Amino acid sequence: MGEKRTVSLVVNGTAYEESVETRLTLADFLRHQLGLTGTHLGCEHGVCGACTVLVDGLSVRACLMLAVQAGGADITTVEGIAPSKDRLHPLQEAFRDNHGLQCGFCTPGMLTTLLEFLRNNPSPSEGEVREAISGNLCRCTGYQGIIDAALDAAERLRGQDATARPHGGESP
Amino acid sequence: MSRAVFGESVKRVEDPALLRGEARFIDDISLPSMVEAAFVRSPHAHAGIRGIDAGSAMALPGVHAVLTIDDLRPYLETEFLVVGLPSSSYQQDRNRPALAGDEVVYVGEPIAVVIAEDRYIAEDAAQLVVVDYDPLPAASDCRDALAEGAPRVHQDAKDNLLAEFNMGYGDIDAAFASAAHIYAESITQHRGGSHSIECRGAIASHDPGTDQLTLWVSSQMPHSTLRVLVDMLGRDENQMRVVTPDIGGGFGPKLVVYQEDVVVSVAAMIVGRPVKWIEDRREHFIATTQERDQYWEVEIAVDGEARILGLRGSIIHDHGAYTARGINLPQNSAESFPGPYEVPAFQMNTKLALTNKVPVTPVRGAGHPQAAFTIERLMDRVARELGLDRAEVRRRNLIQAQDMPYTRPLKTRGGLAVVLDSGDYPKSQEDSLARAGWDQFPARQLAARADGRYIGIGLANFVKGTGRGPFEQVTVRIGTSGRVHVYTGGTAIGQGTKTMLAQIVAEQLGGDMENVTVTTGDTAATALGIGTSNSRLTVVAGTSAHVAAGKVADKALQIAAHVLDAPVEDLEIDGTAIHVKDRPGRISNVRVELGALAHAMAGTPGYTLPGGMGPGLEATENVILDSKTFASGTAVVEVEVDVETGGVKILNYVLAHDCGRIINPMIVDGQAIGGTAHGIGNALYEWMGYDENGQPLTTNLADYLLVTATEMPRIDLIHHQSPSPLNPLGVKGVGECGVVPAPGAIISAVEDALAPFGVHIDRAPISPPQILALITQGRAP
Repeated sequence: MGEKRTVSLVVNGTAYEESVETRLTLADFLRHQLGLTGTHLGCEHGVCGACTVLVDGLSVRACLMLAVQAGGADITTVEGIAPSKDRLHPLQEAFRDNHGLQCGFCTPGMLTTLLEFLRNNPSPSEGEVREAISGNLCRCTGYQGIIDAALDAAERLRGQDATARPHGGESP
Repeated sequence: MSRAVFGESVKRVEDPALLRGEARFIDDISLPSMVEAAFVRSPHAHAGIRGIDAGSAMALPGVHAVLTIDDLRPYLETEFLVVGLPSSSYQQDRNRPALAGDEVVYVGEPIAVVIAEDRYIAEDAAQLVVVDYDPLPAASDCRDALAEGAPRVHQDAKDNLLAEFNMGYGDIDAAFASAAHIYAESITQHRGGSHSIECRGAIASHDPGTDQLTLWVSSQMPHSTLRVLVDMLGRDENQMRVVTPDIGGGFGPKLVVYQEDVVVSVAAMIVGRPVKWIEDRREHFIATTQERDQYWEVEIAVDGEARILGLRGSIIHDHGAYTARGINLPQNSAESFPGPYEVPAFQMNTKLALTNKVPVTPVRGAGHPQAAFTIERLMDRVARELGLDRAEVRRRNLIQAQDMPYTRPLKTRGGLAVVLDSGDYPKSQEDSLARAGWDQFPARQLAARADGRYIGIGLANFVKGTGRGPFEQVTVRIGTSGRVHVYTGGTAIGQGTKTMLAQIVAEQLGGDMENVTVTTGDTAATALGIGTSNSRLTVVAGTSAHVAAGKVADKALQIAAHVLDAPVEDLEIDGTAIHVKDRPGRISNVRVELGALAHAMAGTPGYTLPGGMGPGLEATENVILDSKTFASGTAVVEVEVDVETGGVKILNYVLAHDCGRIINPMIVDGQAIGGTAHGIGNALYEWMGYDENGQPLTTNLADYLLVTATEMPRIDLIHHQSPSPLNPLGVKGVGECGVVPAPGAIISAVEDALAPFGVHIDRAPISPPQILALITQGRAP
């Protein structure tokens, strides 16, 4: 058994203090220790982007970061994006309306990547959206639905009061 | 009025849970006291095994067991997975053992499994298992494997020919003897893996009290998995259940029953705790089946007007080291080679070569893209040789709409006739060319060349057999809650199966999709099941669902007529109730809830059932649809080739496709575009490399390139809807269609762009270095 340390961090607005093995990845910590299984692992070597989460507002591959490195961080996972149990975030709504997902396995990483991107670039071009998700692999959609969803979401978010944004949409 | 949902782009029922991160994929399942598995795999393409020393691994804290085939044998009736589809053409049976015994025949073959407290410890321990190997010569290239004196893939074999078959019709010798022109091509084709973003995984749990074994598995075919486990473990069906959770993509290889499925099942019994195994991406590259190499030697005979007289040739197909599915993949290739064209005489010989590589089984497209690529390369060749427009050559040879249904004198693997059931292929080509500006392209090309830019255009037509039978079971049941439950043996792998079935059922049962729950891929919920493959579910499960829902609706209306004392023809189902239809000037409020009808039909002790009808409010259907229904279409692609780097950029991509009647346009678009992305990868990027010793060279997603958003063009879709006459919905499959024409159209366009260099391309995929080499060759004096 490896060495253990205690980490304190905030995930989706909830504070945790957890004892973790030093070699435990952030992705495995979120999934198996906190039970937040919405963050998916597609390659475990940092290429596919499915495990992308927001760490202090910035997109990070949770398979390439250790849980102990997240001490003191404020993390948003896919479970923290929707504003409530019965409402989806405008980005999630746009994904559903534009068929931006099929099997849905890459979707959590797409959503977190695009949350960060749309916060920094509220009026992107199609080419900028393509660049933004070029580090996230999707095998189902051919990306077109995802790109349409991102552009649609940008429009929806521009029309929305910034204060109504949920946790993941806030500025760091 | 009941809401119409069939034919509408209704939102998918699958999406909310997926978008919230609340879906449950295999690795999201955690059972009490569960332990985890890691496999010890062969690093050699071919080796004998002298011994296995698990001492150091067992000594690691947290390790519960290290199991080899010797440990599994007491639990197994047979240690082999016997899964090959029937065929008379096998020369040898090559079934996978659950774990390798004294010989390993591909890199990645599982030899032992470590069961430990968690995956981290299991992987550590797997590294500590010492296997004493005796390396043996390996057969890597499938052509070399068939040569005299080649290293044998299996020590006990006399050669590496797994199977051989001939397929054909017509007088091929006369066709070639009378031909004005004969052209030959040698074509090299390669396709890679599925690379669903979710890898494989399985969890087994055994309850010693009831002797019940449950396997959750990320599989396209849970009922097949159950049948293999029943055979191998010698268990009663009632003691086994196979369940598929949410599945993060399938694309073919998840239809295979794998060694790991068997091993975790037995391991759960041995260690007495639930066992989970989650494949990592490297394992997906070396241990999950893939498509790979085909070498085609073909000739086309045409008359003076470029009309096809005959096609003949041979295929050598890389089968891998074992039969994990059958001879079906190259069979599809050979059978579909004539494509949408009139071919009066046809003869193909196909050889399946064993190689020391992971087994080959279908990946999205399943041999059809290779066939389409070959016939389309030949069409381009004929056009070039005869100085004709490439589209014109095809136009002269396409099967005409008035000739539908068109019977081709070939037999499917099940001995059924190949009948192209409906479609207007010339219109598909014509509309696609018009949309892509084919006739104006030469002017665009000239202008571009004047600017030093090399652009090209290409096209490819295709047909794709879909909806392979014989059936898929569907039960439709209205529960006493009033909810409509749909159960099918098919699995949902991202293609929108639940939405599709909910639409079909809701159409006849009140139009309220929110009131429909669909359960897929659970052997405890559906007695019979075949599963997801071959773009089949909408056709076969859709039809069973349609017929079953109709029967339930009829029965519900008859019971309601009895309960409401009203004529059946005055009643309709709307939402969750049946009510008396409104008439002009009279709005009715006479109604009965579906749940109340289900309550009545559930029976009450001592009382007769209403209307003298049979109990329950449900129907189970296994509608037999033996014949495939053929989807079709055309891709026209415009590219620019950078002659300094060899890079290819897709400028425009038109795809016309015809999958019969469309149930959900949004989902059909998604399938067509997604399939196209896969086809673009097969044309330009995806290469599963091996060296001459059978060592895989591309085992991560940095070396093996999947198409990303920046390479993917926007796809310009054209929909045609030629209803299939073979099923009551008029539907055809769409999931694999986009991939089929992509390599043919793209390579045609690249070749066209490089025409000034006299470049001819005889392979797919083609990489920038290969393109540069061809340009250099063309520039040489």
